[in-house]
Amino acid sequence: MTAERFRRLLVTVYLVLFFGYLFIPLGIMAAATFNTSRFPTVTPWLGFTLDWFRVLYEDHRMWQALGTSLVVAAGVIAVAVPTGLAAALLLDRLHSRARTFLYALMVSPLLTPGVIIGISTLIFWRTWFDLSGGIVLTVIAQSSFIAAYAMLLFLARLQRFDPTLEEAALDLGATHLQVFRRITLPFLMPAVLSAAFIAFLQSFENYNTTLFVRGLDTTLTVYIASKVRTGLTPAVNALSLILIALTIAGAVTYEVLRRRDARRALAEQARAEREEASGDGAPVPAAARVPARA
Amino acid sequence: MTGVLHRYGPVLTGFIVLVVALWVVMLVVLPQILMIDFSLRPMLPPSRVGGPEDVYTLANYMTLWTNTIHLGIFVKTIWASALVTAVTLAVCYPMAFYLAQVAPKRRLPTFMMLLVIPFWINEILRTFAWYIILAYSGPLNNLLVGIGILDAPVRFQGDGSVILGMVYAYILFMVFPVYNAIESLDRHQIEAARDLGAGWLRIHWRIVLPHARPGIAVGCIMTFMLAAGSYAVPLLLGGPQSRWFTEVIYNWFFEGGNWNQGAAYAFILLVLCIGFILLMMRLFRVGLTDIAK
Repeated sequence: MTAERFRRLLVTVYLVLFFGYLFIPLGIMAAATFNTSRFPTVTPWLGFTLDWFRVLYEDHRMWQALGTSLVVAAGVIAVAVPTGLAAALLLDRLHSRARTFLYALMVSPLLTPGVIIGISTLIFWRTWFDLSGGIVLTVIAQSSFIAAYAMLLFLARLQRFDPTLEEAALDLGATHLQVFRRITLPFLMPAVLSAAFIAFLQSFENYNTTLFVRGLDTTLTVYIASKVRTGLTPAVNALSLILIALTIAGAVTYEVLRRRDARRALAEQARAEREEASGDGAPVPAAARVPARA
Repeated sequence: MTGVLHRYGPVLTGFIVLVVALWVVMLVVLPQILMIDFSLRPMLPPSRVGGPEDVYTLANYMTLWTNTIHLGIFVKTIWASALVTAVTLAVCYPMAFYLAQVAPKRRLPTFMMLLVIPFWINEILRTFAWYIILAYSGPLNNLLVGIGILDAPVRFQGDGSVILGMVYAYILFMVFPVYNAIESLDRHQIEAARDLGAGWLRIHWRIVLPHARPGIAVGCIMTFMLAAGSYAVPLLLGGPQSRWFTEVIYNWFFEGGNWNQGAAYAFILLVLCIGFILLMMRLFRVGLTDIAK
């Protein structure tokens, strides 16, 4: 039994090391916000302060960068979510070679380094449309790969969709637009929300692509990176701390909603199985039999 | 195509096709083609673009061969990214296996949550955290001097820090694909192997690893691509002696002002990443459909 205990101990040590490696750096970064030292550090600890939040609050360029990031993110949501939706609707109905080819083309931006997406976008739009770097080009460049994330989310949701619902509505005389608006879109609504959420996060955090297409506009990540290189104070830590807190709140909300969704799907499935077992003849929609996938 | 038309009707189909075409053609394919076209032309002042000197040439690609500093940085970027990938896999594989096969089911959501949270936090911030730790008067130096491992603080800025920072930044791109692959492995297979007397090393080598192949391939591809294409980590954690290939590309664009040259270097980076994808597919014997999931 000692071998078993030794193995358990080893696993525990590994888990502690792994999560320590994951969280200690973030903890140190957060703690440095409250140190009075002008350079962000936790050693030596010179005393507790909340002053760096005030310094951050009075930093006008930070607010401007935040504004730029939010405008870009809104633009990316407006472009990438509908694009991803259209792509998923198309792929869902295609089969064979055409689908594989188009699918590979669509996910290729996810396997391309971000700097290359930025560079190719910069060159293309300047040469053909005389559009140089700035907010518009940043939206275009980011959307080119964020649309692929949105497409994957919609495609996953569409796998659970029961196309007979559409067929039935069409047979009963609904127009295609009515079917889309009343059946397909409501079913996809959770995916629309998660796609918008992912698009926002991806855009807000993007650095590599933005770096090449931003022109003279500065987004928040670009601003943070430039601050670290020149003029670093714990105000940057205060900003990081706020962003981390918001991110955690966002991630927790997203997770809770996703789990509720999964639980609901599971409950529906269980109910359908019960009804089937009790033999009252209600046909089980194919969608309910497929287990929920994130 | 008739299936699409039948399902969505002419108006909606037209709209869908238009949007998808705009995306794929204008945002994905044409920019790449133009970047390649750009890389094959010499840099000329605007007045002479399209003139007799504007011919296709490989000169921009030859620069990488003749400039030994750039070539050195390029080679360094390759091996360092490969090292980042290997270390990340070694760090993540046990975690992925633990989560997929060992961890009690009721604790799984908590573990997932703990993994997902740093994953949501921006790469710049994750790197900035290490910047603070590795600073000259930072906590790591203080710790190492304090317990007597070092006599005096060390300047960590350099290739080692960059690699460490990248492993940290990309760890989760490896954990999740490998976890997903191992999760689908039937636990009975492991138990059967154990009952038949296989040791744990043999179980992993003959059963778990082969099953996890597609996940490992995806994780390695993502990690390598992110590492080779990273700009933030070398910017924050590298010293003057440890430049990354992306920094060279950036300088061609915004300091050297030679976009054609920069485009050639960018395309070389893209070819490197595609080459790595093909290598992984061959090495792990997985197809494109396994990867593009």
